[in-house]
Order: sequence, then structure tokens, then C-alpha cells
Amino acid sequence: MIKRYISTFALAFGLLLGTTAAMAEGPELPSAGTNLRDTASLQRGAHLFFNYCVGCHSLKYMRYERIADDLGLTENDVMSNFNFTGAKFGDTVISHMPADDAQKFFGKAPPDLSLEVAAKGPDWVYAYLNSFYLDPKSPIGWNNLILPNAAMPFPLWELQGEQVPVMGAAKPGDEPQIEKLKLLHQGRLTPEQYQQATRDLTNFLEYVSEPAALQRRHYGIWVVLFLLAFTFLAYLLKKEYWKDVH
Amino acid sequence: MANVFSNIGEWVNERAPGLMPVYRKHMTEYYAPKNFNLWYYFGSLALLVLVNQIVTGIFLTMNYDPSAAGAFDSVQYIMRDVEWGWLIRYMHTTGASLFFVVIYLHMFRGILYGSYKKPRELVWLLGMLIFLVLMAEAFMGYVLPWGNMSFWGAKVIVSLFGTIPVIGKDLVEWIMGDFLPADATLNRFFALHVIALPLVLLLLVVLHLAALHEVGSNNPDGVDVKHGPKGNRWDPTKPADGIPFHPYYTVKDLVGVGLFLAIAAFIIFFQPTFGGWFLEHDNSIAANNLVTPAQIKPVWYFTAFYAIVRMIPSALGTAVWGVLGMFGSIALLFALPWIDVGPVRSIRYRGTGYKVALTLFVLAFLGLMMIGTDFTDELFPKLFGSDIDITAWDNTFGRVMTLIYFGFFVFLWLYTHLGWEKTKPVPERVTTHD
Amino acid sequence: MANEVVDQGRRRFLTTTTAVVGGVGVVAAAVPFIKSWEPSARAKAAGAPVTQSLKKIEPGQQLIVAWRSLPVFIVNRSPAQLAALPKQDPRLVDPKSDGTSSDQQPKYAQNGTRSIKPEWLVMVGICTHLGCVPDYVGEMKAEPFDPNWQGGYYCPCHHSRYDMAGRVYQGVPAPKNMVIPPYHFLDDTTVQIGVDPQGAA
Repeated sequence: MIKRYISTFALAFGLLLGTTAAMAEGPELPSAGTNLRDTASLQRGAHLFFNYCVGCHSLKYMRYERIADDLGLTENDVMSNFNFTGAKFGDTVISHMPADDAQKFFGKAPPDLSLEVAAKGPDWVYAYLNSFYLDPKSPIGWNNLILPNAAMPFPLWELQGEQVPVMGAAKPGDEPQIEKLKLLHQGRLTPEQYQQATRDLTNFLEYVSEPAALQRRHYGIWVVLFLLAFTFLAYLLKKEYWKDVH
Repeated sequence: MANVFSNIGEWVNERAPGLMPVYRKHMTEYYAPKNFNLWYYFGSLALLVLVNQIVTGIFLTMNYDPSAAGAFDSVQYIMRDVEWGWLIRYMHTTGASLFFVVIYLHMFRGILYGSYKKPRELVWLLGMLIFLVLMAEAFMGYVLPWGNMSFWGAKVIVSLFGTIPVIGKDLVEWIMGDFLPADATLNRFFALHVIALPLVLLLLVVLHLAALHEVGSNNPDGVDVKHGPKGNRWDPTKPADGIPFHPYYTVKDLVGVGLFLAIAAFIIFFQPTFGGWFLEHDNSIAANNLVTPAQIKPVWYFTAFYAIVRMIPSALGTAVWGVLGMFGSIALLFALPWIDVGPVRSIRYRGTGYKVALTLFVLAFLGLMMIGTDFTDELFPKLFGSDIDITAWDNTFGRVMTLIYFGFFVFLWLYTHLGWEKTKPVPERVTTHD
Repeated sequence: MANEVVDQGRRRFLTTTTAVVGGVGVVAAAVPFIKSWEPSARAKAAGAPVTQSLKKIEPGQQLIVAWRSLPVFIVNRSPAQLAALPKQDPRLVDPKSDGTSSDQQPKYAQNGTRSIKPEWLVMVGICTHLGCVPDYVGEMKAEPFDPNWQGGYYCPCHHSRYDMAGRVYQGVPAPKNMVIPPYHFLDDTTVQIGVDPQGAA
């Protein structure tokens, strides 16, 4: 009897999890392939962030000290490589670009990226970083397939190089649509290296969105196993007592 | 050791003579039918989740800042800077969704086995009140993180009251204390969420249990064990089909508790957002009164009722009909004991008409949930081609589901009041049990 | 019906085991809640060591910096103030800070000037009576509360008095000398509060 319940439960739960996971993402983007357990990738992503992004974007909820602890870096690593503003080790990562200047340069202040992946998902961020192209019509010279008319110029162009759009065939009466992007000049990285670099950067931002993710996965398995063991004991106890019931 | 405990017990008992009788009445000498099945776990689980919400909620208030300027930051403070704050918050957010899972299943059990019927109408009414307060509690709790979904959820739900003719507009401003959800709104929702509604909820839960223990539990056979034969191994005057709640159902519920906690822990530690269903992605963006999220919809547990609002068109220059429909869909549940006056409780012995109607009702409820979560927007193009008019399909589907939802109650009234139901004979004693 | 044998031993064993395992679970579940009361990362960051340059503090002047939300007095004691210190000994409760005030300073500041370098006083400015912040009264001239004042601290709350090393005078409510925090010199003109000198415990 109980076994049937448990298997029904497990099946229903599995189905629910499957459908919700399948439904979670909106339009289908290629998977970012991030992996929070890959500390080396997180470290490379952090280096990219602090080389290319922190000039404009803050991580106002993320402390330098936490980055060092979680990514296996020393205080010296973090303070000499990542900290350009004279912030203290325990401080959060605040870009040194004054908000007013940013408003002037880009028309809008660059957003804080602490929760970017939590809000948009890793796949979106990864796709965004891979979708910049040259656009002479744009005032900043760049445009983006994922976020059309993005206010951000492409900071990683020296790594990726320059992409241009390839137009598809127009439907009658419509403007031709961009079918895909093509690399015009390669930058310092090969396309594969660039994809890995953006994967690392996305991975780092995913970690920044929820630093506790590292802890919860670490503890979770033991909690679940403990509770299952408790359930088994309780089941034996129930069987024992219910011998009285006829 | 055991002696010390019994001495202390005696000492207390001599000074608080009411405690032992209460314990006996509700635990060791509360004779519950021995044939409870899987559906009967959800009552004790609801109590467990309630305790979880209160304990984790108290600890969240210690670091939460109920101001429009500080609320969003303080949630991130809890998630990052407070030791184990993330666990406490995830226990609360997961608990909120699981509360509704458990409550919906608990309510469905009541419908399945006719637990609302005489003499348990009051138990049902108190339960429905709990459900109503829980919805208010959940809504206000949802506003507190002050993300963009919180903000716009508050705006839309409060605006429902704006559809009330004449006083609507003033009422909305009165509820918000401002012209948009703002500091004042957040402050009062916080006060209601952490003090007022939990107090009401606790009182109602005590009354719900007291009322239940007064008349005794129903069971999957719908047999009245109190009026059946007497005499069991514990007491010759008590129902033959009854067993003491403690220890038999306490140990049985413990199994349910263990399994439930294992599932909850799996979600908390591995899938805390549950793919955006328990914690929505757009709520990771701070409240912004200038930008509405791309998809604005309530959390999953409200979607069925909310879909009814969308499916009823405005008429005579007012949108109040949809809101009336939504509240009506809940009010009808309150009236269930008087709508369904069939003589038989359990679905096991009810007429085929009832079984078909209940199946359709459940499908309609799930269908409305699919509409409310915008799931159908993705499903219909996949099923019927990408060039269909999704809104038209949605509306047609949703209106049929709404009609079935309300039709269930109309049918049930006719079916039982006019004596159309052909029931099977109900046995004297309960049938199967563990 | 009630006749078959119940294995009471097994029943008791299972009850105890389940209760113990359940109890362990409850205790383990309580740990995160108890730990959530510890100073958060923000509080710890705010309590991090404070570095202060001494360049602009003239002899006889005091600067107050915040360390762990506490006011820390940094005083450049003048030669006259330093010279007056030993003369106060007979009027003090614990002039050598080795009696009731032996735990009010690190070992390296348990000396006549209660400091690492004689001229620099670094001290938590909290009265040991009831926690007020005493006023710095550095000038050596007659004061209403002491006609023979040689410079020091005067607490406005309950009139406790301390000398220029934070040592408490006899006959006032405060029982102990004021606290010297851990500190060390990064170089001749920079002090860091919250960290002991290298090699000192």
C-alpha cells in the first residue's frame, strides 16, 4: 500500500518538476552551459568581469571578501586584481563611474549586475554577449540581436572581433530580417575561445546572482538523505504500532 | 529519568487541571476512523507548514526593512550577508507555495469524501475562512520583497477593488494610502502580514480543529463511525471503527511529515525558484513604477481564480463582473454544504453524475490555472499551429472552463435537490484500512 | 482481538530511535536560526580594522574615529601632558593598570602611558561607568570639577574623571580605566585600529 503511495508520489513529483522546468524558459535560447562547481571557470569569469565590465557596472550586493572566500582566491589576489577604487576588502563592488556621467554618456545609467542572471537567466546573458554586431545606424555603432537598440557599446569587441548581420530573404511586404551574425574580423580569441570566455563570464554572474547556491547544493544532499532515513524509521514505527489495528 | 518527567507532569497537572483533559480529548481519547488514506495526510501537513511559516517569518522580520527604499536591498541582505539567511528565506518562500499545494489537496479531500456535509458544515466554513485569510496573507507577503512583480502584482490586485461602482476609485487609494503602491502600502501590508493575519489564522485553525473534534472526523467511506457499533480494544463504549489519534495517527502522520520534508528540502536546496514558479525571475528586478514586467500574472496558486477575472468581459461600462465572478467562484465553495444536499458523503457510493461532474470540475480548475499562468499561450500554437489567434483561443477555452466551474455548482444543486442522484448503498462499517 | 502479543521491546526501541533521530533533526534545524543572529557580513565589514593617518594631529589635539561603531580617541599628547602623567599616580584607582584594570588594555599597552609610543594615545572613548562618551579636556588649568586639573577626560553623565592616559581618578563612579583597543603602527605616521602588532598576542 505504502509503496504504491510512494511511487505515485515520486512519479507525480517528477512529472511536475519536468514540466515546470521545461516551461520555465520563454523563447528558446541555446544553453549557456554554465557550471557553478567549475571554480576555474568562475575565476576566469571574475577576471573578465573586473577587466571589462566593472568600469561601468557595479555588483552592489557582492562583497570582495565573499568573492575571495567562494572562489578560492586570497585577499591579495582580489584586492590587487579586482579592486580599482580603493574599496575595503569587506566592501561591495561599486563601479567607479559616477552615475551622472553614465547618464550623460549612454542616456541611461548602466544597470547593476548583481541580479542580472536571476532576472534574465544565464542563457539570455550568454546569448546577449554573443549577439553584438556592427550597426552603422546606431549612434554607438553597435547593436544587439537579443536586446535591440541596447545602449551599451560592445566592450568585448577586442576579444571577439566584429560581427555583421546576414540578412534573410524578406517576406513579401516586410523588411528583411537578420538571419544570423557572421564574424567579419576575428579579435584576440578564436570563436571557440570567445564562447568559452562568455560562458565563464556568465557563470561568474550566475554565481553573483546567488552566492548561496554554492552552499545550498553542498548541504542539500545530506539534509534530504537524513529526512529520508527519518521517514524510513517513522514508517517502521508506524507499521509496529498499527499491528494493533484490525 | 522517566520518574522525573512524570513528577513534573504531575506537578503541572495539579496546578493546571485543564491540560490533561484537553490532551486526552484531542489526542489519546480522540477516536478517529481507522480507514484514513493518503488524502488524510494534508491536514497535519498544513499545520506543519503553518508552524514553518511562523518561525521562519519571525526570523525574516529580524532583518527585513519594510520601506519602499530599503525592502528590496534588505532581502538581498538576508540572502547574502545574514548567516544562513538564504535558508530561512527559501524555507519561507517554498513553504508559501507548498502551503497552497497542501491546502488545495486538503480541500479536494473534503469534496471527494463529502466532509463538508452535515454535521461538519461549520468545520468546512471555518476551513474556507482559513483559505480566504491565507490568500490575503500570501498576497501581502508576495508584495514585501518589493521586486517589480511585487509592485505590479500589488497594483493589479488592489485595482480589482477599483471596479466596484461608485466607491471603487476612493477605495483603491484608501487601500494603498497613496496613488500607486508606495511606502504606506508596503508598511501596512507588512503589519497585516506579520501580525494581524497570522493572529486571525491561528485563531481560525484552533476553531477549525475544535469544531472537527466536536463532531468527529469523516473518512473515505463517509461512514458515521460515531453512530456505528461500539466497543474497541481501548474502550468498550467508543466506536468500533475508531482508533486513538495518539499514537496511531501521530506515528502515521510522522511518515507523511518525513516524506513531505524530504520533498520540501529537495526544493529548498536544489530548486528554490522552482523554475520561476515559486520565485519569479522578474521579481529579481527592483520595483519600478515606470516599467511593467513583460508578463504580468499572479503566482501559480492564484491563477485559477485570476483567470476567471480575465475570462468575463466587461459589460454596461464596468469591469466589475469579472471581479464578481472571481469572488463568486470562492463564495460558491463556502456554500457547498447547502448546494450539495445528497444523502451520501463519499464519492465511493455516489451517483455516476457526481463522479463525472467532479472530474470535469477538477479539469476546469486545472484548465483555468493553465490560462492564468499563460501556459496556454505556449501550448495552443504547438498543438494547433503557430498562425492561430491565441487570444481568441484563450478566451474560448477559458470561457468554457469558467462555465464548467460554475456549472458544477448549478448541476450539483439540481442533481441533489431534485433527487436525480442514484446512490449505491453505504456499508455499515468502514471497508479497507492499513 | 486484543490478544496477540505485542513486542514491547521492539516498539520501545523504534520509538526511542525515531525520537532521537527526530530530535537530532530539530536541533540541527535550529542551528541556522541561532547562527543567523551572529554579526552579518555587513556588520563584520563595518567592524573591519580602521587605518588612520596621524600627520595632521598636532600635539595636544584629539581625533575621534569610528571602529566597530565605537568612538576611538587618538591623541597626540604634548610633552607637558606626558610629564604630568606620573604625578597623577597617587590620585588614581589603578595607576599601573595591573589591578582592577588589568584587562582594559592589551599587554603591549600595559605601561605608564598605556600606549605603544608614549605620545600617541589610542583609546576607546567609552566611560567605564555606564557607557557615555567622556569629553576631552586637554588644557592644564583649574576646572570647576578640579582646581588642580592636569588634562584628561571628564564624563558629562556622572562626572567621572580620567587622566591623559584614560586612567580613572579615585572618588568617581567609574570603576576602571578606559579600554585600549588592539592597534599597531603601519609606519611612523599611520595607525591601524583593530589589529595587534606583529608578534603580540
